Amino acid sequence: MSYSTPSGENVHKAGAFDIRTFIAMLIGIYGVVLVVMGLFFTSDEELAKADDLNINLWAGLGMVVLAALFQAWAIWKPVVVPEHERAEHDARARRDDDPTTP
Amino acid sequence: MIFAATEQQLRLDANWVDYLLVGIYFAFVLGIGIMAKRSVSSSLDFFLSGRSLPAWVTGLAFISANLGAVEIVGMSANGANYGIATMHYFWIGAVPAMLFLGVVMMPFYYGSKVRSVPEFMRRRFGTGAHLVNALSFAVAQLLIAGINLYLLASIVNVLLGWPLWISLIIAAAIVLAYTALGGLSAAIYNEVLQFFIIVAALLPLTLVGLHKVGGWGGLKEQIGASPGGPEQLSSWPGTALSGFESPVLSVIGIVFGLGFVLSFGYWTTNFVEVQRAMASNSMSAARRSPIIGAFPKMFIPFIVVIPGMIAAVAVNEVAQYKQAGAPADSSVTYNDSILFLMRDLLPNGMLGVAIAGLMASFMAGMAANISAFNTVFSYDLWETYVKKDKPDGYYTSVGRVATVAATVIAIGTATFAASYSNIMTYLQTLFGFFNAPLFATFILGMFWKRMTATAGWAGLVAGTAGAVLVWVLSEDVLGVIGIGAQGGAFVAAAVAFVVDIIVSVAVSMATRPKEESSLRGLVYSLTPKDDFHDPDQRDLAWWQQPTKLAGIALVLVIALNLAFL
Repeated sequence: MSYSTPSGENVHKAGAFDIRTFIAMLIGIYGVVLVVMGLFFTSDEELAKADDLNINLWAGLGMVVLAALFQAWAIWKPVVVPEHERAEHDARARRDDDPTTP
Repeated sequence: MIFAATEQQLRLDANWVDYLLVGIYFAFVLGIGIMAKRSVSSSLDFFLSGRSLPAWVTGLAFISANLGAVEIVGMSANGANYGIATMHYFWIGAVPAMLFLGVVMMPFYYGSKVRSVPEFMRRRFGTGAHLVNALSFAVAQLLIAGINLYLLASIVNVLLGWPLWISLIIAAAIVLAYTALGGLSAAIYNEVLQFFIIVAALLPLTLVGLHKVGGWGGLKEQIGASPGGPEQLSSWPGTALSGFESPVLSVIGIVFGLGFVLSFGYWTTNFVEVQRAMASNSMSAARRSPIIGAFPKMFIPFIVVIPGMIAAVAVNEVAQYKQAGAPADSSVTYNDSILFLMRDLLPNGMLGVAIAGLMASFMAGMAANISAFNTVFSYDLWETYVKKDKPDGYYTSVGRVATVAATVIAIGTATFAASYSNIMTYLQTLFGFFNAPLFATFILGMFWKRMTATAGWAGLVAGTAGAVLVWVLSEDVLGVIGIGAQGGAFVAAAVAFVVDIIVSVAVSMATRPKEESSLRGLVYSLTPKDDFHDPDQRDLAWWQQPTKLAGIALVLVIALNLAFL
């Protein structure tokens, strides 16, 4: 999608494809699953493996926080591609198509 | 070849939650490939991501491309074997070279608008050096992709019990799917995601391991009492690692052999790495990528080497193996350290994340090899020597076909590796030797305008031959020279460097230099300063300026060295 910045330059928002949202989603899902596992489904036997450190719970909480930070970053500073760079880039692609240039 | 423990010992007790977590990861990997495909509209998009990526993305991809199987399994094994001295591979053997690449060499690569490292070679030295570089690089990538694939399949085989050939084909199909669809963008975005998954897998493993052995103090105490003793707790002089008996020689060997020649050769001329930086959106971002990558690179050993050290005292099998002096006939090897640690410490849930992390790391390595291979094959070999002057779309198709072919060949190499592991190890060492003289040729060519085209390829060939000779004479093969352990590789690399410089200078004196006008952007003294500067350099904040950032990284890595003296 395209819209204008206050300076009047046309920019192109990268939309759904922002790697930060992907990272936030994947790490977030992992975090939630691990927290649930840590709270309800980690047996005493498994806890004893690690001398009673509930790593599922703590790692899960850490991942949830990391995911939230990434999502916040992605919302705070969305990816924008200035229109003139796109034009330049498209022109370069056309130039590459031209067999007469080396 | 590398996971020697019997399947019984290492089979992980994964349940459906773990499989689910691994499955979700693969869904994301493919999703990124599909999303990235939408943005591919020219060959430059496919091979260099349209030179449009931000520096933090290319910076993380830069180290992630290197964070493959060999790195994680190999460095945790070294950690178990040599202790803290293994940190040299990161603090001496990587960070300084990455900073040098960003500060000194990247302006030439990015500023000359070449599309690959061999292409720089062609413009600076012409066909001879270009062919040596492009062909050796392409063949080496296919080989290493095969090794990464084999390691990936064998870990699936050992951990989950799937037959080797099924794991091979599935793993290859997944890497193929996203690299063929989305080109370099898909590979790079996945590398960034992989970086976080690898950290999410290894950081909790390290923490729970430290908890188990009684914290850092407990680990020090137990390592001090184990074979190798307290020496394994300090990084210098690293005599066990280098194989030199004299501490002074050991320090010199590590600093010059590993730190200067080997690592500069690898990090500054290896297109797998440089390609990531070339995909950035501006000159300053390209220079920043290896420098930004240097920061996580400094701290990765804490989640790779330390788990190896923990395994050497906390995992019964590994501890016994170390006590027994690493017998050759043992069913366990140091390479198994991290897998044993996962088996012993992680509950279901975290186990799934850890398996996903290991698979991510192995796929990162293979995808990086393949995406660098298809660029060099399409631009440097096909477009330069086979079919010139075709429309741009043609080369994108060539790239896709090359990706498929490379994957099929990698499956073949992987099958070969499964049966002839020794040959593969030798071949891999051999290809390592191509890197050592490359740095000498590049640095001389960038700063000495007199260096001629003939000197370009002659230096490379002579340097490589010198390295191979030393390696054959060392304890690794014939044993004529008494250097073993890692020292043989250090000396071989140093010889390659010196021979390359001597031959290049001698040949340059006897042959005609290139026209000065054709060397703009390629040689320092013939390039106007403005070519190297970003138009908006002055608007950058201090933390966006490559040299200042590199200065901070340098101070930090020196501090780390001092902290573990």
